[in-house]
Amino acid sequence: MRRFDKQLIKLNDMLLEMGALVEQSIFIASQALIEQDLTLAKKAIAAEADVEQKEKDIEAFCLKLLLQQQPVARDLRVISAALKMITDMERIGDQAADISEIVVMMNDAPHIANLEHIPKMATATVKMVTDSIDAFVKKDLELAKSVIDYDDVVDDLFDKVKFDLIELIRKDSGNGEQAIDLLMIAKFFERIGDHACNIAKWVVYSITGKQ
Amino acid sequence: MNKFQLKDVNLWYNDFHALKDINMDIKAKEITAFIGPSGCGKSTLIKSLNRMNDLIDGCKITGDFLLDGENIYGNLDINALRKRVGMVFQKPNPFPMSVFDNVAYAPRVHGIKSKFKLNEIVEKSLRDAAIWDELKDRLKKSAISLSGGQQQRLCIARALAAEPDVLLMDEPTSALDPISTAKIEELVIKLKKKYTIVIVTHNMQQAVRISDTTGFFLLGELIEYNNTEQLFSMPTDKRCEDYITGRFG
Repeated sequence: MRRFDKQLIKLNDMLLEMGALVEQSIFIASQALIEQDLTLAKKAIAAEADVEQKEKDIEAFCLKLLLQQQPVARDLRVISAALKMITDMERIGDQAADISEIVVMMNDAPHIANLEHIPKMATATVKMVTDSIDAFVKKDLELAKSVIDYDDVVDDLFDKVKFDLIELIRKDSGNGEQAIDLLMIAKFFERIGDHACNIAKWVVYSITGKQ
Repeated sequence: MNKFQLKDVNLWYNDFHALKDINMDIKAKEITAFIGPSGCGKSTLIKSLNRMNDLIDGCKITGDFLLDGENIYGNLDINALRKRVGMVFQKPNPFPMSVFDNVAYAPRVHGIKSKFKLNEIVEKSLRDAAIWDELKDRLKKSAISLSGGQQQRLCIARALAAEPDVLLMDEPTSALDPISTAKIEELVIKLKKKYTIVIVTHNMQQAVRISDTTGFFLLGELIEYNNTEQLFSMPTDKRCEDYITGRFG
């Protein structure tokens, strides 16, 4: 196998590792929220630094490949897509940390309602990130397109959360402060969905050359 | 507008079928690059564009090579053709004479005797080849004493002195260092304002940097012919993709 092909396999591995870190951050942030576990929340906040480090490592590796190999065609598309994808993955890491910071601020105040839709948003976004990275590694165009479509599921869940929270505030204005915190958390999950969707779009580009 | 139109071109060296059913249009005032592995036919094709193959024993050519609509293998005088279609080779090949005489060679052959006119042509050609400033005080010096990069630009000036429409370049920088290569590439990009340029290159990045259109050849066939950016970012033929990404064979 050529050295360059081995380097591209290494790039895939690095992206899988970064993807796993990001998925874990989303999962931990959602668990911290559901279980009101401040230790878990602090763990998710600390994980942000690992994600950032991974982004820097992959970025440096991609720049090295561009310099060394002067890639063209699909090799160029793969490396440029990887460079764009890690920016979105890093933002997902930030948003998981932002969610956890709100969990810490909310402390252990009892939830104003049963959290029904937010955990579903967490599960959906983890799936989107996992599938988009898998699609990249396996060059699976259909899987990438399914991630893009799946963003609608997350958007719908966000609308439901918003609607529920408006109702809660209407019933009792005392719910307002936590309702706004929960709305922000839901918005962060919705943004995570958008970033996962961006990743999937770069996967489509790396396979088809079309943006 | 097309400068060359090639229709059903086939070329044989005795039994060896070197070019197979080539159909392509070469646009005027653009840079067209030919790429492909050694022996793929790209140099054979570029040489056919100013009839440097058909005098070889055993060479048989069929199909049409239309230059501005006129078949160059028809009644066109070969000297008139070569005046219109100049060539620069891989290795700089200045004549063992002065810089001035090298550039004045073609105009003299074509009957220009006036010293004033020759001076004018030499200066213009050296300026067009971006080497006037370096050589204006050394016109009487031997061309052989110049550096490789200067020799190659002198050869370009010599080709331009015949006032061609088309400049064919067969790996013009493969014997040059990166600085001389960069100068030639800059020059070629400037020259396309006035000339149609066809270049054979083994350097993929060079094709990407300077050409507008690229043709990929393999075993005598034109496999893919497309806008350079398109060909190097999204080739449509797997053989082309494998070649440009270094996975060939």
